[in-house]
Amino acid sequence: MSTTEVSPAAPRSGEFHHPVVNDFSIQVATINGSGSQTANSVLMRAIFQMGVPVSGKNMFPSNIQGLPTWFTIRASKHGYIGRKKEVDFLVAMNPETAREDVMKLDSGAAVVYDEPLKLDALRSDLHFYPVPFDKLVGPVCPEAKLRKLVRNMIYDGIVAQLLSIDMEEIHKALFKQFGKRKAKAAELNWGACQAGYDYANKTFTKSDPYRVERMNATSGKIIIEGNSAAALGCVFAGVTVVTWYPITPSSSLVEAMIGYLKRFRIDKETGKATFAVVQAEDELSAIGMVLGAGWAGARSVTSTAGPGISLMSEFVGLGYYAEIPGVIFDVQRVGPSTGLPTRTAQGDIISTALLSHGDTKHPMLFPCSPEECFSMAIEAFDLAEHFQTPVFVMIDLDLGMNNWMADPFEYPTQPIRRGKVLTAEDLNRLGGFARYKDVDGDGIGYRTLPGTNHPHGSYFTRGSGHNEKAQYTEREDDYVNNLDRLARKFETMRSHVPAPVVEYKAKAQVGLIAFGTSHHPVEESRDQLRTEYGIETSYLRLKAYPFNKELPEFIHRHQRVYVIEQNRDAQMLGLMRLECTAEEIAKLRSMRYYGGLPLDARTVTDDIAGQEGK
Amino acid sequence: MSTTVTPPPKKLNRLGLEVLSYKGAKTTLCAGCGHNAISERVIECFYELGVQPWNVAKFSGIGCSSKSPAYFLGLSHGFNAVHGRMPSIATGAMLANRTVLGIGVAGDGDTASIGMGQFMHLLRRNLPFVYIIEDNGVYGLTKGQFSATADLGSKLKTGVLNDLPPFDCCALALQCGATFVARSFSGDKRQLQAILKAAIVHNGLSIIDVISPCTTFNDHEGSTKSYSYIKEHDEVLNEVDFVPYYDDISVDIPEGAVQEITMHDGSKLRIKKLGREYDPTNKFDALKALDEAGKKGEVLTGVFYIDTQKPNFMEMLHMEDAPLATLPESKTRPPKEVLDQVMEELR
Repeated sequence: MSTTEVSPAAPRSGEFHHPVVNDFSIQVATINGSGSQTANSVLMRAIFQMGVPVSGKNMFPSNIQGLPTWFTIRASKHGYIGRKKEVDFLVAMNPETAREDVMKLDSGAAVVYDEPLKLDALRSDLHFYPVPFDKLVGPVCPEAKLRKLVRNMIYDGIVAQLLSIDMEEIHKALFKQFGKRKAKAAELNWGACQAGYDYANKTFTKSDPYRVERMNATSGKIIIEGNSAAALGCVFAGVTVVTWYPITPSSSLVEAMIGYLKRFRIDKETGKATFAVVQAEDELSAIGMVLGAGWAGARSVTSTAGPGISLMSEFVGLGYYAEIPGVIFDVQRVGPSTGLPTRTAQGDIISTALLSHGDTKHPMLFPCSPEECFSMAIEAFDLAEHFQTPVFVMIDLDLGMNNWMADPFEYPTQPIRRGKVLTAEDLNRLGGFARYKDVDGDGIGYRTLPGTNHPHGSYFTRGSGHNEKAQYTEREDDYVNNLDRLARKFETMRSHVPAPVVEYKAKAQVGLIAFGTSHHPVEESRDQLRTEYGIETSYLRLKAYPFNKELPEFIHRHQRVYVIEQNRDAQMLGLMRLECTAEEIAKLRSMRYYGGLPLDARTVTDDIAGQEGK
Repeated sequence: MSTTVTPPPKKLNRLGLEVLSYKGAKTTLCAGCGHNAISERVIECFYELGVQPWNVAKFSGIGCSSKSPAYFLGLSHGFNAVHGRMPSIATGAMLANRTVLGIGVAGDGDTASIGMGQFMHLLRRNLPFVYIIEDNGVYGLTKGQFSATADLGSKLKTGVLNDLPPFDCCALALQCGATFVARSFSGDKRQLQAILKAAIVHNGLSIIDVISPCTTFNDHEGSTKSYSYIKEHDEVLNEVDFVPYYDDISVDIPEGAVQEITMHDGSKLRIKKLGREYDPTNKFDALKALDEAGKKGEVLTGVFYIDTQKPNFMEMLHMEDAPLATLPESKTRPPKEVLDQVMEELR
């Protein structure tokens, strides 16, 4: 043990501590491409299988091999699944970052590390567990070239022993991860886990307080990435045309979708697909195909990230003005420009809401969980076809690419809604139609699809000025009438997009507004604000733009309203400013975080308590 | 004596439709614009082939050329998209409904500049689609700037000389995997008609580069895309005649050096060699002929290349035969058991 005295709270080996059960975070620091993903997923799943609520956050570089990567697993008996700012238990496998990783820890944290790194010399206020990984891996993995990958599995055994994670659950999680077809690889890795466990068992005297104990809080739940959930949503929404251009962090959404489509959307009798997937040459083409397909009656979708959204700008304006349905997933990452492609943000709010030149406005949905990625995917297609306009589903990297605990998804209860489409029979009855005429007073016209078997079924779609009959026009009144109708359509949307989730607390003077993944730290922060500062808060979680009538009401009922978001410029608050009265605006405050990591409760609490003068 | 006059019977095609059913709105392009002649040919071809107009979708980008779909096939759905990006709109629409016949009109600005990427990838995919380039070497709607198909040394009205070499859209198309490549001249009614009919029937992507002089901005002395220049330099590679499958009688080309290509619906494309040895199923012959003509300053026209065997994009996707757009929910939403199964796997 180190003799350096840097902290008065230096723990001694074997010293008694009050155990900290099911309420801590484990951080594993490795090198990208070293196969640590499997080891980390297994660890997370094993804790989940013990009935303890977990969340996993992968902080990875924009690189394939060689740069540092961190994976954080949080176990929380309270069910908090936001990121925990403090690391309680570090597994330091990366020589490059080990020193800094250790220096950042709070006093009392535990460190499992690769023995040659000699990290115990750095501080004396931590619990150190040195492991000779290279010596342990040899006997369990005779094949030298596989050792780099198997080596990481040893720490699963070490951590399991130290945290009292049931090895049977590690075994179950490991074999689930590898599947039946890779049983041999699973056996090899299982050997490494056991070697780690045995080494820890005979070598270490546990001195840190962290422990996992069985609970019953995950029964029936699933683990899934938001992107996969959204992909499933599209499959059950009846998507028919999928176009994409690879971009982090959105690629896995379409890749997951392709997997599900191939399994579930090929006719068993004919062997023919009820979908088409096209990897386009760029995002311009991807959105062009979405609009072409939507125009011709398909349920079309593309998925991208900020740079792709920027490229799609011109086409999205066409979609808005020519009134063509389409669904666009934006799995947001840190901008501007290339930014931090593998870090998370909610930074595309304003640019997406008003994407393209001229007067344009687009509906956006903000899922906060895999369940909502699934249900809102379905909702997005219905909204797009009902309102004949591009609809954006705003995911972020944290939700899209991380594994989340979730309730099983509910099968849609409503049939697919295709919107106002006239068939040949309708045309026979009506005698004709005017594409952009507001027949029903909701701003939504009736459309026909190419190939409608009727001589009067056609119309001419254009991004240039058009009148009710879709004819070219440059007349002032035609243009104004059309733009006003589009505005009316947007107003109609307010009562059709998902309403916010609102929780009023009696006597609360402070209201919080959040959306997307910020929801999870905000839930936790509300508890912190109450218990630590005595600040009671009401909460409104936005699920969509345009805003609904609940928003002004919520603002009215509070003295101060904090809009919590993951961008620098308070973009959501900016959108609210466009619609709120001066009195409402005066009540709005902003809490922002934009460092690229998933937002954590402590950051929210510190910021709001500070603004509240606490 | 009877005073009633029986009107002459209306001429109808095999669907029983008059030519009027294939016309569009009145053109707003300049008098004498080559594009209007092309619109006329489109009307004639669809009428004569007896294509159901409401089973056609027409597409365009932005520019003078892209206005023209409004001037033909008024009973067809039309989509005037954004500059250069018509191919992606058309691709999406064709995916949604593979039973609709697609035809697109683009300019040389659309095709060879802003939309070059989409043009090349459309070719790579071999989407079943007719792509007409109304090629005048100049941006008309913005009043006369050079386009990327303007020839080296060609002169603008303002006297400015073009100092960059042109893209040859046909050579590009060949390189990118096109299965039907032809060039024609808006003033050559007979040739353009035959090529257009073959293109409509072709089971893959058809590229027709139609030199279509701009009477307002590029029809002067010193321009290499003027009517007089094209007439003087038009080098006809081969004479083409299209014989539809339902009408195997009219043979305009005398027997001799005629190569007959059977299209996928049984129609015949008869190609008569003129002077030189030329095989329109050989891509290298085509590239060589284009290269040689370019060096000599000739404007080579005719069918350069045709491949009736290569699978098209729709075939490669193994989709349902019925349009994806109108598949019933029973086909597009898997049953609850499927979701339950996936949930079980994720537990």
